[in-house]
Amino acid sequence: MALANGHDSHTHIVPIRVYLLVYAALLVLLVLTVGAAYLPGRHTLLNNVIALTIAIAKAVLVVLYFMHVRYSTRLTWLWASAGFFWLLIMFILTLGDYFTRHWVPAIGWE
Amino acid sequence: MSVTVAKPGEVRHNYLNAGDTVLSWLLTTDHKRIAILYLVSVSFFFLVGGLLAGLIRLELLTPQGDLMTSENYNRVFTMHGVVMIFLFLIPVIPAVLGNFLVPLMVGARDLAFPRLNLASWYLYMAGGLIATWAMVTGGVDTGWTFYPPYSSSYSTSQVTLTIIGAFIIGFSSIATGINFIVTIHKMRAPGLTWFRLPLFIWAHYATSVIIVLGTPVVAITLLLVVAERVFRLGIFDPALGGDPILFQHLFWFYSHPAVYIMVLPAMGVISEVVSCFSRKRVFGYHFVAFSSVAIAVIGFLVWGHHMFTTGQSVYAGMVFSLLSFLVAVPSAVKVFNWTATMYKGTIDLRAPLLYVMGFIGLFVIGGLTGLFLAALATDVHLQDTYFVVAHFHYIMVGGTILGYMAGLHFWWPKITGRMYPEGIAKLTALVIFAGFNLTFLPQFVLGFLGMPRRYHWYPEEWQMLHVMSTAGAFLLGIGFILPVFYLLWSLRTGALAGPNPWGATGLEWKVDSPPITHNFEQTPIVTEEPYAYDNHHEPEEVFSGTGASTTKR
Repeated sequence: MALANGHDSHTHIVPIRVYLLVYAALLVLLVLTVGAAYLPGRHTLLNNVIALTIAIAKAVLVVLYFMHVRYSTRLTWLWASAGFFWLLIMFILTLGDYFTRHWVPAIGWE
Repeated sequence: MSVTVAKPGEVRHNYLNAGDTVLSWLLTTDHKRIAILYLVSVSFFFLVGGLLAGLIRLELLTPQGDLMTSENYNRVFTMHGVVMIFLFLIPVIPAVLGNFLVPLMVGARDLAFPRLNLASWYLYMAGGLIATWAMVTGGVDTGWTFYPPYSSSYSTSQVTLTIIGAFIIGFSSIATGINFIVTIHKMRAPGLTWFRLPLFIWAHYATSVIIVLGTPVVAITLLLVVAERVFRLGIFDPALGGDPILFQHLFWFYSHPAVYIMVLPAMGVISEVVSCFSRKRVFGYHFVAFSSVAIAVIGFLVWGHHMFTTGQSVYAGMVFSLLSFLVAVPSAVKVFNWTATMYKGTIDLRAPLLYVMGFIGLFVIGGLTGLFLAALATDVHLQDTYFVVAHFHYIMVGGTILGYMAGLHFWWPKITGRMYPEGIAKLTALVIFAGFNLTFLPQFVLGFLGMPRRYHWYPEEWQMLHVMSTAGAFLLGIGFILPVFYLLWSLRTGALAGPNPWGATGLEWKVDSPPITHNFEQTPIVTEEPYAYDNHHEPEEVFSGTGASTTKR
């Protein structure tokens, strides 16, 4: 009944230093995101790649440290991965539409 | 096994008499009391949605729009959809029967997070009241699907308020899902291995997976519609640089699996009832258990079949069509196994079993007509017609609501400690079955002939089919009102139920009816497989209100 009472004896205590470091890293990544938006030239694809890479790095930091997944059981890892796997399903099947939409040109389309 | 049961006529402490103030209900963290709070609230919203359905059917009696204007008709069918889906069908079985039974069935004293459970009810009520507020201050006319750019740029109705209501209800749903997942993983009684779990629990586990992984997507998607509507942020409206098909992808990514959120818990109920009243093990237990998980997973891969004619790539359409056919396999596994369970069983034709048999028949029709719609070519003809309306009502009403009625009757003695009156309950099950088919069978024909959904003007030659449908709807309405009366009546005058009036297996039948606040005085230890009906479990005596013993078999 440990979980029901809210006292999990296996709670990992994370030093405040780690939280502050992660916070600092998130702020640095935020500055990088803003900076990347001002890159000269019309590198739309490159911009997207850079912005998404930074976003993934931020998300990983938040999930691992702020959400304690790094210190959790394998069952929690499984559920956290399931979330990302489902996100992947959403992206792949949606993009499957976008990438193949013009294979058969419809009337009125360029 | 600790068996803690009352003697006949003895009034013991139970969760119902544990406190009688209003606050004792509003601040309770007892999963059984929260289930009752949900029972009252979802019943209220079912009534609202039902009345709106009555208005729709009245309007469709004649080919002209003579009861309401086209604008008002749009609002009425939209609000019927919003109320029925978000406020009734999605929460009904998990939040009422699931909340009551999941801890009892796994041998726990409550859900893992009792306060989160209460919070989920408050979120549900907050979302419900906001949606109600939107209804009484003008309503919403976009259809329950909120398709942009109409919803984000053109509609002058209460789109924002309704979406905020749906958004909040989503969190209530997520809270329930998380609670079930953690409880089922972490709080099973000693000896209750995964393959000794009742199939009701497997179904609720699969449902919770869908809720937790899908609901956040629709929540954000609906919020993006509000962002486009309020801040003119171009996401879905082509005039603002957005893509309306993107909304449909994101919306149906949740909203198709949401159908399984509605019907999987009902399937869990069916497995319990069919086994008990056939006095047999569920045929192919492992297959039925894994088919719930398969439906949850494959159900996430089929959403594009809602978009065959809306501009989606035909190649994506082919993939989605194939995947949609796949989801029929686990559904069929369940149906065949339930029928195989009944085969050569000792059938006891009680009201819950009548509902179950209704479920099986209607779900098969609903499922098979779904295949018509999953086939690319026939869908071009049937898309957005009454064929679709009939199909999803066969799944949602014929499936979910009949499953809910079966479960409500089956566990009514456990929930209230009283038996419902069997004769009128059986009659009601037949009335609902007849009313349902009279309402929705003609709609298949109407749809095939070309009657589009969401219109209230139609050619005169279709009037007879519409009249049949409206007559059926009123019969169906009577069928849903009758239980309100006889179930309330049974609270005072129904025969007293012992712990196990059906002689059913499962931990919930080993405690008092109604159970004590903490369910079990000692943690139960499970030593046998589920549905071991051939071992023992004869129905016990049922005691009448005066304490005199009468055997009810």
